[in-house]
Amino acid sequence: MKDLFSYYIGMFRLSVLEEFQYPVSAAFYMIDMVAEPIIYLVVWSSVAQSNGGTVGGYTAGTFAAYYIVWMLVRNMNIVFTPYGWEHRIRHVRLAMALLRPIHPLHNDIAWMAGWKVIAITLWIPIAAIMVWLFQPTFNPTWYQVVAFFVAIWGAYLVRTMFQTTIGLITFWTTRVSAIFELYFAGELLMSGRLVPLSLMPSWVRTLANYFPFQWTFGFPIEALIGNLTPAQLIYGLGAQVFWILFGVLIVNVFWGFAVKRFTSVGN
Amino acid sequence: MSVIQVKNLNKTYQVPEREAGLIASMKSLVKRKYKEVKAVDGITFEIGAGEVVGFLGPNGAGKTTTLKMLSGLLYPTSGEGSVLGFTPSKRDKNFLKQITLVMGNRQQLSWDLPALDSFDLNRAIYGIADADFKRTRDELIALLDLGELVKKPVRNLSLGERMKVEIVGSLLHLPKVLFLDEPTLGLDVTMQKRLREFIVEYNKRYGATVLLTSHYMADVEALCKRVIVIHHGKILFDGDLSGLVQRFSSYKTLGVTLESNGVDLSSYGDVVWQDGLRATLRINKTEASRVTAKLLNELSVYDLTIEDTPIDDVIEKVFAQG
Repeated sequence: MKDLFSYYIGMFRLSVLEEFQYPVSAAFYMIDMVAEPIIYLVVWSSVAQSNGGTVGGYTAGTFAAYYIVWMLVRNMNIVFTPYGWEHRIRHVRLAMALLRPIHPLHNDIAWMAGWKVIAITLWIPIAAIMVWLFQPTFNPTWYQVVAFFVAIWGAYLVRTMFQTTIGLITFWTTRVSAIFELYFAGELLMSGRLVPLSLMPSWVRTLANYFPFQWTFGFPIEALIGNLTPAQLIYGLGAQVFWILFGVLIVNVFWGFAVKRFTSVGN
Repeated sequence: MSVIQVKNLNKTYQVPEREAGLIASMKSLVKRKYKEVKAVDGITFEIGAGEVVGFLGPNGAGKTTTLKMLSGLLYPTSGEGSVLGFTPSKRDKNFLKQITLVMGNRQQLSWDLPALDSFDLNRAIYGIADADFKRTRDELIALLDLGELVKKPVRNLSLGERMKVEIVGSLLHLPKVLFLDEPTLGLDVTMQKRLREFIVEYNKRYGATVLLTSHYMADVEALCKRVIVIHHGKILFDGDLSGLVQRFSSYKTLGVTLESNGVDLSSYGDVVWQDGLRATLRINKTEASRVTAKLLNELSVYDLTIEDTPIDDVIEKVFAQG
């Protein structure tokens, strides 16, 4: 356990150091990241205003709060993607990772966690400008802040597990983009990424209960800006733990079969 | 005591195949054809502690597949392999902590950072105590003459320099078994020599067992007393390098420098090359002493050398027979 902790610290550090090598690239990446929530924010604020000031209980101010926090949650739940698995399988990287006495999943979790240091540092001034421009409305309580802090890491781990599962399909297919696009469509509709889940039709909300998506976007955002009770927050965090453990189980079962199929292509 | 034991090891790949062109491509969407390729075909051998063994064969012979099976990267189709008492395919952590696989194209270090940063990560991966890590790291850096290069981003190093830092990264945990797959690939002659010296020194200092593949016979001659020759996945020869030469070489090479020009040497053996006073002859191994004595008797010879067949030629002959 001590060795694993030491590895996480080492990999986290390496990731931060590597990100520092390309600050301009990171800055441009953030600009790209801002585009998506601003489009959603402008559209939904306009809809709210033309609807007499609210849509489904959301005002222009609460929409602003939703999408500003959305940006932080988005940065936090960026994980090692199935495309990354595709790349590491088609090149030498996976063979090298398999030679190490540590599961590549630890590498991915620690690496992407380190990557967030730069992303969040760059998010702070952007968020400040957006607060000034869009005047968000939110007054979180202390326990909401605590729940939010835990929930964004929970979201990160839930997303890691499910994208790793999709990534492992590359052991069979070498390419995985089509399956990932399908996952992405589901996430867009059922997570609160496109629009707060409460504004979705009831059948989408019902369907969302059977998938992990809402715990990776909507829940962390609502935990900070919504009106969730302490019981609802605890339920949400519990749901994240459930999906993380379920994901760990799937990854482990898949992994057992996947490594037996590894043919070490291209090296 | 055997460190590596391989018994009837097999690896068969299923490789999709189709004709070129759009129609064949569309057909393969409906029905895909597979071909079974036996990369390793029932090989058996043992390697003792501290041995340095050359694993030779032409491209596609099954060398790298065998190394990958022994290092736990690939699951064998059938047969048994044991390294340090572990079954490699189980990828036990304690097994992985005691071996390394160095490939000519390996990339374990962070491209954008100095190698020292990546070395530090390996300390955490292998759970090496701080004092041991620093001592080993500095020792390996000194052995490979890396000096300040470990402070430069890896992307700024030449191929040879990068290979050397990759090797340091692979050996920080002082593995007991080294699988080296073309470690000198693409390096210049000086760098190849330095690397060979390093492998000899590492083997001597730490008593490590080394299984090495290389297409450079100079590597094999400098490092390996024993060689295993593999072709089409089967072992053709397993024994001393000198034994390989004895068994597969039927001639010796005679280098002669005469004191006078224009002598016809064809009656002594096959003239491979002649330029004025100097010539190279190929003579039957069993005839070597008789022909040499005759030549010294009949001609004015300034200098004479007798050499075994170059190892490259021997290996070529082995492959041809395989």
